[in-house]
Amino acid sequence: MVKMYLNNVFTDPERLERLINIAQSSLLPLVKGALFYTIPLTLITFSIGLVLAILTALARLSNMNLLQIIARVYVSAIRGTPLLVQLFIIFYGLPTVGITIDPFPAAVIGFSLNVGAYASEIIRAAILSIPKGQWEAAYSLGMSYAQALKRIILPQASRVSVPPLSNTFISLVKDTSLASLILVSEMFRKAQEIAATNYEFLLLYTEAALIYWIICFLLSIVQAGIEHRLNRYIVR
Amino acid sequence: MISVQGLYKTFGDLEVLKGIDLQIDKGKVVVIIGPSGSGKTTLLRCLNVLETPTKGIISLGDKKLDFSKKITKQEISEFRRLTGMVFQNYNLFPHMTALENVMEGPVTVKGEAKEKARKKAEELLAKVGLADKINLYPFQLSGGQQQRVGIARALAMEPEIMLFDEPTSALDPELVGEVLKVMKDLANEGMTMVVVTHEMRFAREVADEVIFMDHGVIIERGMPEQIFTIPKHERTKQFLQLIQ
Repeated sequence: MVKMYLNNVFTDPERLERLINIAQSSLLPLVKGALFYTIPLTLITFSIGLVLAILTALARLSNMNLLQIIARVYVSAIRGTPLLVQLFIIFYGLPTVGITIDPFPAAVIGFSLNVGAYASEIIRAAILSIPKGQWEAAYSLGMSYAQALKRIILPQASRVSVPPLSNTFISLVKDTSLASLILVSEMFRKAQEIAATNYEFLLLYTEAALIYWIICFLLSIVQAGIEHRLNRYIVR
Repeated sequence: MISVQGLYKTFGDLEVLKGIDLQIDKGKVVVIIGPSGSGKTTLLRCLNVLETPTKGIISLGDKKLDFSKKITKQEISEFRRLTGMVFQNYNLFPHMTALENVMEGPVTVKGEAKEKARKKAEELLAKVGLADKINLYPFQLSGGQQQRVGIARALAMEPEIMLFDEPTSALDPELVGEVLKVMKDLANEGMTMVVVTHEMRFAREVADEVIFMDHGVIIERGMPEQIFTIPKHERTKQFLQLIQ
């Protein structure tokens, strides 16, 4: 099959030309899908998710039972159910009870809840990894819990959590392709739409894959930069 | 100036402090000695409310904490501002330079202007002999230098009393002297100090009073000369023999 496809491409100049044409003409819509949907969706949901994650981590670490239970149930429910099912519940399920949400906001809600649950465990572990003496030093200066957290603990915890959070971020970039199934016209949906008109599935999906790869590659460069910056106070 | 009445502290079933009464006058240096597990560090940490006593009263200046009643976080924070704590393991903030470590308390807790806090921090770091190290991070400093930053950081809050929890125990022997010198200078300036330490020479030279603790109670207290040469209690004698 593969051989046939390649044979076709290399022996039939017209076919090759057609493929090049499609690749060229589809590039702009795909990049637009990435720029207007995939990337904004990723950035927005990661930001909201991170705030949710910090709140959830603090709730888990608090000594108030009710907060702890709410946080535990939230994390358990999100981690214990497929992301696609969650998206379907929000977009196709909720209208049944009269709550209709547009595709993009529905995706934002679904992905944020997801990032919040997964990242909360990263942040909880990062906070726990900071030695108790740091809290004590902060308290001994008269700092409140919030001041100690903001000035002393979270800056140090952020260094620890950058590598695992980058993992979450990169997964999120790719997971946004699931939004195509709730009608968000992000990059992968664009690829599906174009392929449906010309049947060049292999070409278009590969093209989409390459763009995801490029985005993730750029992100790993950003990650290395952040790590380098946050590591400046650590013995190397 | 600082007074402790009937202080008890239990961890689970373990009674670590069993009724401590203590009074320290302004400008005095008190050294607490005793075997490990005697409760001396716990007592010091109670003075800064890093441990919450089970019951008892601690008062400092016009602030009074009665631990048999409910105490608000606000009261504890305010009390802590009056006390400066120096830790065995320094506990400097690793993500801040020496200067930023010293500025942190005044800026964040007291809301001082950065410029003012910076100037004071520079002076304090010069005072502990680190004028040329202000922009280094803790990992770039030796243990003795880190501990001196720790002292400067506590002093920046302009505390009424300085608490030292075995400040030289984690140091290499050749670095102990530089920290003790800073502490001596402080004592000579009239700072009220409570020091938990195993440095008996320091105790002899600097302390106004030495307290010997064992099993959560104060066994004996007195002038350093008296405690070290003619201890009254058998347990004090045994302890001093062991460490000398």
